[in-house]
Amino acid sequence: MNAGTTYRKLAIQVTPVTKLEDRKAMEVPSKVVAEDLDFYYRQTRALHGINIQIKEKHITALIGPSGCGKSTFLRSVNRMNDLVPGARLEGKIYIDGQDIYAKSVDPILLRRKVGMIFQKSNPFPKSVYENVAYGVKINSYARKKAELDEIVEKSLRDAALWDEVKDRLNSSALGLSGGQQQRLCIARSLAVKPDTLLMDEPASALDPISTAKIEELILDLKKQYTIIIVTHNMQQAARVSDYTAFFFMGELIEMDSTSKMFTNPSRKETEDYITGRFG
Amino acid sequence: MDVPTNPVITPGGTFSNSLVENEMRHRLDVSGKIFRFLTGSACLIIVGMVALIIGHIFIHGKGNLSWRFLTAAPEEGMTAGGIFPAIYGTVLLVMLMTVAVVPVGVMVAIYLHEYSSHTSLLYKATRLAVSNLAGVPSIVFGLFGLGFFVRFVGGNIDRLFYGGNLVFGQPAILWAALTLAVLTLPVVILTTEDTLRAIPNELREASMALGATKFQTIRHVVLPQAVTGILTGGILAVSRGAGEVAPILFTGAAYFLPELPTKLTSQFMELGYHVLVLSTQSPDVEATKPILYSTVFVLLALTFLLNFVAIMIRSQMRARLRSRA
Repeated sequence: MNAGTTYRKLAIQVTPVTKLEDRKAMEVPSKVVAEDLDFYYRQTRALHGINIQIKEKHITALIGPSGCGKSTFLRSVNRMNDLVPGARLEGKIYIDGQDIYAKSVDPILLRRKVGMIFQKSNPFPKSVYENVAYGVKINSYARKKAELDEIVEKSLRDAALWDEVKDRLNSSALGLSGGQQQRLCIARSLAVKPDTLLMDEPASALDPISTAKIEELILDLKKQYTIIIVTHNMQQAARVSDYTAFFFMGELIEMDSTSKMFTNPSRKETEDYITGRFG
Repeated sequence: MDVPTNPVITPGGTFSNSLVENEMRHRLDVSGKIFRFLTGSACLIIVGMVALIIGHIFIHGKGNLSWRFLTAAPEEGMTAGGIFPAIYGTVLLVMLMTVAVVPVGVMVAIYLHEYSSHTSLLYKATRLAVSNLAGVPSIVFGLFGLGFFVRFVGGNIDRLFYGGNLVFGQPAILWAALTLAVLTLPVVILTTEDTLRAIPNELREASMALGATKFQTIRHVVLPQAVTGILTGGILAVSRGAGEVAPILFTGAAYFLPELPTKLTSQFMELGYHVLVLSTQSPDVEATKPILYSTVFVLLALTFLLNFVAIMIRSQMRARLRSRA
């Protein structure tokens, strides 16, 4: 499949990010694996028997209509749902083969390995520098000021923000634009040295130019990180992801390589959703 | 001629309907105006009351106000001189009270808002206690302070450490301050809770998602944001506590003292109590009157000033929260 092919069926431009043969895909190790995952908010069942394998150092997009459970699944991977009163989970999630809901696993340590970027950029009302340094400080990763400086600079560079903020590291993060704030939040996550990044509609509140920058950044981060991204934007899923998973009513309907999902999905529900017939 | 098929969007239809509705609208308007007038008048009553009190106090009290009045001690059976010991005692009292009430109040609020589940027994019991505490008459606090702090706590300290000699087991500024602290506890708790509620949950989530513990999140993200709110709570507690007489009546306030309080176990003079003394126990009512007015004026001015500062801090905090939204 050539880059830049216009798929007649979708009438949108899809640039496949990685050319994937099914056989090849089998060889990519899985980073995150969920088995028979059920999730409840008090009496309401939000996830229903989810079985999914997230490939290492690839981007997996979770799509589906509002309330389909994709964000719930995302927040189960770093156990942010633990903080929600009345939340209950059954089944298993493994990261690198480790059951993350096992008694011996500390959710605090888990969250240091699995970073999260939220829908609304949420920098702390502190300076740019302090925002990035926060996670490093609480985790006591840096022993000296120079070491901390180094981590802050590297994280900001990795988040493609360094050149824009290097002269205003000590001014408030709230003075940055929306797109810059979101990249700052990404830098803040990177500083803690995670290996997986969860992104919950990271660009939904941003203008097209800022969105393009975030997407470019996400593609760049793929070299080092396993990324799961929730998005409502079909084009975005098609542009950035290698795999796409379609959630509907708390169930995982289908998951496949993004190029296949957007050209020739196996399930009718997927096709209906992607072509905009509902949702 | 086209016959309109949809009466709702036809101009003609709308016009004829609105003629019928107009009479009803008019009747509604009249009762609406009366109601508006009534509600507005109710507002005028409260504004008028405050203006009347302040105006009356100021007019009668201003003649006697002077630097000397603020810095001298009462003389000649309180018919002359100043009120400095009472001002000093009041300030010392509320400072001690603040030291006691703010840490406890803030900790209660943090537990209620950050830790407890709203369905837990401790949460419900605390809620109930806070709202009931706010409704207890202040004279009850006074008697409670005498019974618990002075007699029980103070008496036991004396028995254990002072061989039964009377040191802590008598009315003192320490016990009065603690009694006031219990009285103002709900103010601090409720203001701090409001402040915590105003801090966006996204910030807590951001911190937790970076691998911070709950305690680190509270210590480094929540509390720095809550400082101004806590400060406001402290000031409101002070302005509430500064005028209270009943709680200190039996726990430490004195009619007249030749010396300023120097120890935690000293008794003290206080503005509110001084007003009570001047108005009920003066040997010469007429001679005391100007001093009474001026004392009330000073007490009011102090309270209003504190409230004003609290309001300023709060509005600045709100503006800051708005600007980040």
